[in-house]
Amino acid sequence: MNTETITVIVAMGIVTYIPRWLPLFFLSRRRLPHWLVLWLDFIPAAILSALVLPAIVTAGTPRQLEWNRLELWVTIPTLIFALHTRSLAGTVMFGMALYWLAPAFSP
Amino acid sequence: MAADSADKDEGWGAAIRDGISAAWPICAGYIAIGLAFGAIARNTGLRPLEIGLMSLIVYAGSAQFIATAMLGAGAGLLSIVLTTFSINLRHVLMSSSLSLHLRNLRGGWLTIFAYGVTDESFALNMGRFREGNWEWRRALVVNHVTNLTWIVSTVTGSIGGQYIPTGAYGMDYALVAMFISLLVFQLRGLVHIIVALSSGVLAVIISLWIPGNGHILIASFLAASAGLYLQRKRVPPAGKGEIP
Repeated sequence: MNTETITVIVAMGIVTYIPRWLPLFFLSRRRLPHWLVLWLDFIPAAILSALVLPAIVTAGTPRQLEWNRLELWVTIPTLIFALHTRSLAGTVMFGMALYWLAPAFSP
Repeated sequence: MAADSADKDEGWGAAIRDGISAAWPICAGYIAIGLAFGAIARNTGLRPLEIGLMSLIVYAGSAQFIATAMLGAGAGLLSIVLTTFSINLRHVLMSSSLSLHLRNLRGGWLTIFAYGVTDESFALNMGRFREGNWEWRRALVVNHVTNLTWIVSTVTGSIGGQYIPTGAYGMDYALVAMFISLLVFQLRGLVHIIVALSSGVLAVIISLWIPGNGHILIASFLAASAGLYLQRKRVPPAGKGEIP
């Protein structure tokens, strides 16, 4: 194996691990102020939305807005399905099936 | 606080079973992305063993894609490491949020747990913790079953990627569908909906400006802060003890 590549991989591993580890290690054993607990309570909704929306309405490098994407058109019924059923497994299967089959029906 | 649920006294057998059966949407997505990553990384000159090592040691999909492209373009160690750091800094928010549900877990377990914190395992575990009936062992199994899937998929892709049909069964969409469903679980009131909408719109705007993944961290930070401000305006802080 190439030592230079291994050095890069190990260094990447270290800088990736530290942000994963520090907050878990230090916050989980401290009494957190009430405002911080409230703030952290919003983080999952914020992160999930920040992950999904750019993924379905932007594309390319550098990224550009692109409305006519299969991801976006599949996401609308998938979101409605998720809101109605509140089922994780069902939503994933529904979304996958739509994404898989939709190209066959598009003009 | 839901934190005490971390100490439900159950064995590893049930945890492994529940963890694996919860993790399948992530695994489906990782197989699709992992095969593609393995094939691409092989094309830029990485060997299967190096690809497997990267998946084991780094375990962060988008950073691995970008670092591989940079390696192929002859970028230096420092620029690759700084790029990786900036892409993966968003995990700070996820680990902070997860810490609410892993109170007083032993340091050694936290150290093993932290290694498997990804966008996907974070989203899934937070959803499950929120529903109740979830504890650190199950969450840990999710983290590491998905990691194993990632390693195997990337190595498989690097060995035989060109022979594997990609995009089958809509697997490329599995993770987006999972995120959408988990996002719906997180919308527990008007303020959460406002936070999610503003975070998504901000993330789109910022992502058009800056390359990489910084938009996730910046948008989430700002939107959660706005949520805290709104919440405090609606409910004065004095004497309000518990989160809903």
